[in-house]
Formats: sequence, structure tokens, C-alpha cells
Amino acid sequence: MAEQQEGYQIDLGNLTAFDPQHQFQSIPDKREDLVKECITHATKLIQAVADSLFSLPSTEDASGPIVPLPQPTTKLPREKPLPKPAPPTKWEVFAKKKGIQNRKKDKLVFDEQTSSWKRRYGYDRVNDDNDVPIIEAKMTDEPGVDPFATRRSEKKQRVEKQEKNRLYNLKEAAKVGALPSHVQLAATALPITGTQAAPRKVSKDELQNVAGMAGTSTASGGKFDKKLAGEKPPKHDKKYRKFLPVVEGSGMGSLEKQQTDKILNKLMAKNSHEIFNVSKAVDMYNVKSDKKRRNQQGKSSAMSSKLKVKKSPYKNASKGSSKKGGSSSKGKSGSSSKGKSK
Amino acid sequence: MLHIKTPKSMRAKRALEKRAPKLVEYGKKTLILHGTKTSNVLNSVLTEIYHLKKDNAVKYSRRNDNIRPFESGGETSLEFYSLKTDCSLFVFGSHSKKRPDNLVIGRTYDHHIYDLVEVGVENFKSMASYSYDKKIAPLIGSKPFFAFIGEGFENVEELKHLKEVLLDLFRGQVVKNLNLAGLDRVFVCTAVSSKKVLFTHCALRLKKSGTIVPRMELVEVGPSMDLVVRRHRVPDESLKKEAMKIAPELIKKKEKNVSKDAIVGKIGKIYVPDQEVGNASLPYKPKGVKRERREAKAAKGEDNSNKHAEKKLRKQQDDDVSA
Repeated sequence: MAEQQEGYQIDLGNLTAFDPQHQFQSIPDKREDLVKECITHATKLIQAVADSLFSLPSTEDASGPIVPLPQPTTKLPREKPLPKPAPPTKWEVFAKKKGIQNRKKDKLVFDEQTSSWKRRYGYDRVNDDNDVPIIEAKMTDEPGVDPFATRRSEKKQRVEKQEKNRLYNLKEAAKVGALPSHVQLAATALPITGTQAAPRKVSKDELQNVAGMAGTSTASGGKFDKKLAGEKPPKHDKKYRKFLPVVEGSGMGSLEKQQTDKILNKLMAKNSHEIFNVSKAVDMYNVKSDKKRRNQQGKSSAMSSKLKVKKSPYKNASKGSSKKGGSSSKGKSGSSSKGKSK
Repeated sequence: MLHIKTPKSMRAKRALEKRAPKLVEYGKKTLILHGTKTSNVLNSVLTEIYHLKKDNAVKYSRRNDNIRPFESGGETSLEFYSLKTDCSLFVFGSHSKKRPDNLVIGRTYDHHIYDLVEVGVENFKSMASYSYDKKIAPLIGSKPFFAFIGEGFENVEELKHLKEVLLDLFRGQVVKNLNLAGLDRVFVCTAVSSKKVLFTHCALRLKKSGTIVPRMELVEVGPSMDLVVRRHRVPDESLKKEAMKIAPELIKKKEKNVSKDAIVGKIGKIYVPDQEVGNASLPYKPKGVKRERREAKAAKGEDNSNKHAEKKLRKQQDDDVSA
């Protein structure tokens, strides 16, 4: 915290020493020398911190001397906003006005009827409303009115009133922004954070980027979005398509003709061996038959299928080579058989 | 009707209260993760930082492709993770051709990005490559010393920012009482140039000296690397103001008219207002001054005095008779 003669800035609360005046006249070439120099200088700094640290009044403890640290001088930002003090609840306002002190209540209360200690609330409690077997009729009672029912309805009313008060208190707290930490209003489905901190100012380019992203993610690709006055059209609003020139000059080499030729070739199969890949068809057929066999075997014997599966690729290799000649017919029969089985 | 959600179990309630904002903050947790591509160097850097902060750090092992801290849309994932893990510091590592061995150290305020510093790691030497006596190895969670050397930390904006962030990252909890036997580590940061900072971690050895203050000896143990500052983002002014606020209850109020003297101790001054003795009015009127009395006296005069004498005589006679 104090500045020494050497000019170090010491923050005892953070155990930090900062030397703002040190200059590297010449950086040593070797990294090891540089590191050594840094460490020797750091030792001096740390010694200065330790001097002031050990001079603080210490209390002896089993593990070692304990020293009260001062507050750190370098201020660092908080991670969460300051909690706001909650407004007093309805009851608290009333209690303050009347001067009612909050007294701690015992868990067990002596019950006169059973002459035993019973809980104040919960199972087997004192003065349980449901336990009274007989309610004596008073002069003011009307005939035909069920006293038990009236008791139940009164309790219900009390509970409803309490719930109303609780909601009122929470609403008041939410207005100020001081909701208790474990309560979350589900109308706002936001995570439990403090105040809505002001978002940082974004630049024009960033805003344009984000607007473009938002536009393209819509169903119409952002084409029919209403634009504000002064907003520039999106950067690439046209389709990615290249159109050939309308008039074919001899110099261009008739690009359109080439394009159509290419498509025709693909369709009409001028080179038949390019269209039908024999080896691939054979592989596909082999794989299909393998799977079929495996499924059938699996249904019959689960244990032995493992061994049998391993054997089959070798069998099929020989079969596949023989099949190559009459592949097209085989393929047809295979497909037809499959059709029949289905 | 507003629907109110409350936790159904005490455990959930306690967990929520742990994450609630507090008047005095306990300690920041760190989230360590990496992006699409990492290099060997970066992997070891991240694991070593995690080991240094084992108590209060969370390390994600999967790669995160959609996190780009410096872009406008690329921060949402980070903010979400920060919310879920309740971490307000994060270290994000990535490697690309343009920015090799890149580390982005950032802080969040209220789970939104507060500030960022991007550094490149060069000349990294891991903890394993240092050989030292295992007895002096620093323990996890001990409060470290910091040594910042170099005028760059005061003059250059980016280095100032980096200094603050490094302090925040490694300092641990703010404690009121410190056990002097548990001091065993030092972080040394040297500003070699206006862009480069040499960062190294040393263990402390306290040697006996003549005085109470032991002699410090630094032994390099930990990771050492060169940090090259690339980009940084300072926090918004209004956000910074809000984040630096201290609760008004915590600010110590100065006691007026109290001063401390070295010799005597605590001295207080009491200011006594001037007592106007002459002009003070008595709460009662003295007997003789009362007007009725004066008038009555003037009117009845001697009768009164006779009556009094008679009364006295009668009383004496009664006493004699009774006695």
C-alpha cells in the first residue's frame, strides 16, 4: 500500500508488488539469462512486500502466525451485480409500526388436554383443528349449520389470505428488482441474473452482419423483410447463379451447346460402361445377401451366428468373381426374388 | 396470474442461494475450454492452468466450434456455459494459422461478456520440465504473491488490461486473515517489450534471516511462457462503473471529531455550546415572585403571621396532652 523509496507500488491486500520504473536496457539474448534477471528482480519486490507483511500485528495459531490483511487497493470488477435490499413485507411494516418484537418460539409446546409435550406444528401437533371431536353449540349458532364445515372454511380463508399476502410481497420485491434468490417468476423465462446490464455498443458492421444472419435464417431468406429508412440492402441478395450469354458468338465457342450436350450424354448413356458400375453392383448384392443370411441365422441360433458371420465373406469372394459375367441377369433375379419374399 | 417457481428441496434452494449475487463476493470460478483446433502446446497450457487453479476451475474437454469471443454472435455459447457453471472467468484456447497458440482470457459480469484479452503463447515450458526439491512445491489453493516488473504495465493500454486480468485470474479468494506459514508461490510477470510479457510461476522458500522477516528465495517450478498481446476489448464505460460499485454499507464512515495520537491514544473533541447563564429562564417561578402571593401578603399582612403562631401553639399543646 505504501510506496517505498525504490518506487514499488505494493498492494498488501492482493500481495502484489509492481515496479513501474524498471526498464530493460538491453534484453539478453538467451532466454535463461532473461528469466534469471527477472527472477532476481522479482525477489527484491517480494522481499519488500514481505517486509510490510511481517510487520503487521500477528496472532499465534496452531498452524502458524495469522495476520489480518488490509483491503486490496487495486479494485477489480464484481462478477455479479450488487443485491438490492428487499422492501419490507406487509407484516414487517405492521410490526414496526406496532413495535412488535420477533420472539423465538419453542419446537415443543405443552398440551393441556393430553398433558404431554407436543410439536407446535406438523404431525401430532398441539391444538390441531381436525382433532376436536365435539364442538359445543353456542346460543348464537343457527340450527342446521355445520360447525366443522365452518371451521374448515375459515382455515381455508386464512390460508388464501396468507397466500395473497405472500404474492403481494413478492410482487413488491420484484418491482424493485430484489426478488429473493430462490424465487423465479416463470412469466419471465430468463435465467436468474441480476439487473439487465446495458449491452455493449456494437459497431455498424457487426449490426449489419447480425441483421443479415437473422434475415437469411427466415423462410423467405430475408427477401421480404421490411427495411428501415437508411438501411442498406443485404450484401448478396441475388441467387448464386451464372447465366450464359444470350447471343452465341463464334468466339465464345457455343457454351450453351456444350452445356446441353453434357446433360444429354449423362442421360442417354452414350458410354454404357460408365453408367452401370458392375463391381459396385456385385458388392451391393453380396452385402444384401449377407445381411439376409445373418438375420436368418440370428433368429435360429444367436450364439453360433457370430462364427458363421466370419466365414461368409470368404465364401462370397469366390462367388462374386464367378458372378461377374452374368451380373445383370443375377441382379434382376435377385431383385425379383426380394420382391417375392416381401 | 404470475406463476412463481420455487425449489422443491432444500438442496436445490441452497444451490440457488450459492449462485445468488452477494454483498461481498467470495471467489471467481474459471472455465477452461478450447475451440475447433488446438496444438500440443495449447493443450498443455490449458491443463497446467487448470492444475494451478484446481479448486475453483472447470475444464471442458470437448471442442467448441461455435465460440468466437471477438465476434458479435460468437459469445452466446460462452455466456451460456458461464451461466451453467457459475464461472465468471474463462480461458479459451484455439490454434489457427493466423493466430497460433491463441489464448483468450475473459471476464463476465452478470454472465455477459465484460472484457477480453487475446494473447499468444510462445516459449512454453511446462511444469514437468522443471526439476526441483518436491518439498517446496506449492500447494493448491495457497494465496500467491505477484510481482509485476516493467514500465509497460503502466504505459501501454493492453498491458495494463492484461495485468488486471492476470491478477484477477490467479489471485484466489480475498481473505481477511492470512496464515504466514502458508505462503509458497509467486507469479512473476515482466513486460519485456510493449507487446510481450514474460510470465512464470515460482515457489517460495523462506530462509532464516536475522530479523522477523525471513529472506525470500524464488525457485522456478511452474509453467513459464511468453505472452504476446494480440487483441483486447475494454469494458463498456457504464458497465465498468456498475461493476466497480461497492455496497454503500461497506464504505467505512469517518468518525467525526476523533483523532489518534501516538502518545496518548485516541483523542476525541467535544464541542460544548455556550451556556447563557444570565438569560436562562427557570422552569418554575420562585415563591416570592408570584403575584398572587405578593397581593395576598400585602392584603392580609399581620393576620397571616398571627394565624401561623396560633397554629404552632395549639400543636404544641396537643403534643403535651398526648404525651
